[in-house]
Amino acid sequence: MDTGRGSQPSTMKNRMSVERKSERELVVTRTINAPPRIVFEAWTKAELFQRWWVPKSFGLTLLSCELDVRVGGTYRLVFRHPAAPEPMAFHGRYLEVTPPSRLVWTNEEAGGSGQVTTVTFEERAGQTLLVVHDLYPSKEALDQDIAAGSTSWNDETFDQLDELLEEPVPG
Amino acid sequence: MVQYPRTHLDASFAALSDATRRGVLEQLGRADASITDLAEKFHMTLTGMKKHVGVLEQAGLVTTEKVGRVRHCKLGLRRLEEEAMWIERYRKLWEARFDELDQVVEELKCKEIVDGHRER
Repeated sequence: MDTGRGSQPSTMKNRMSVERKSERELVVTRTINAPPRIVFEAWTKAELFQRWWVPKSFGLTLLSCELDVRVGGTYRLVFRHPAAPEPMAFHGRYLEVTPPSRLVWTNEEAGGSGQVTTVTFEERAGQTLLVVHDLYPSKEALDQDIAAGSTSWNDETFDQLDELLEEPVPG
Repeated sequence: MVQYPRTHLDASFAALSDATRRGVLEQLGRADASITDLAEKFHMTLTGMKKHVGVLEQAGLVTTEKVGRVRHCKLGLRRLEEEAMWIERYRKLWEARFDELDQVVEELKCKEIVDGHRER
């Protein structure tokens, strides 16, 4: 994106893991080089959240992002993908908001079969261990999401992403 | 949205949810084997292994062929690739998110340092 950033010391990319923990659960973990208070901010302020949640490298255009981060508050993200004729909306409700350590929200775009997402922010020597846990109501619900996911991105997009990710990190 | 044949996916994930069956796939990834070979390797009865292979076969993860009295098993590659591809894409989505999140938090950290100096 902006080339001016090249002059800054590049931070090493931290390791990420993705695991299908059970037939109803997906777990993503990653360390972020900042304390939970800062990382939590990036997850809960719409102007920050929208900068990273819908990656530009996926060819997605975010049309709107509204987050009302409090227990019972709702969120709504609308974006467009070149392969989809209509804009897509993701929406749900926050079930738990505990700054700066825990966020729980529902995913309601699929009606009642959506997953509940729990994000924990654990302090680890000034850094944050992020654990994103998606719990689906049933095995079928997760399989369906996977089925939808395998067709909603086209290969071209992923080839572009591959190229992007394979670029050597400067420095 | 394009509908993916649900039954295949259900069968695949049911097949992959069992440690022995994942082991069998791993084993077949190295070399084709007969059900007898597999039963020995996994310390199971022939009947037990037949059941596991049956589940994998139904999911399209494994194909079998009877030659004489021996049933040979090998990977049904296509299905495996499709499952793996989805996880790979999911991983890439999160990787891309985290890369951009890294930048956002770097900026926030810098801003905090600058603001901190100002307050002094």
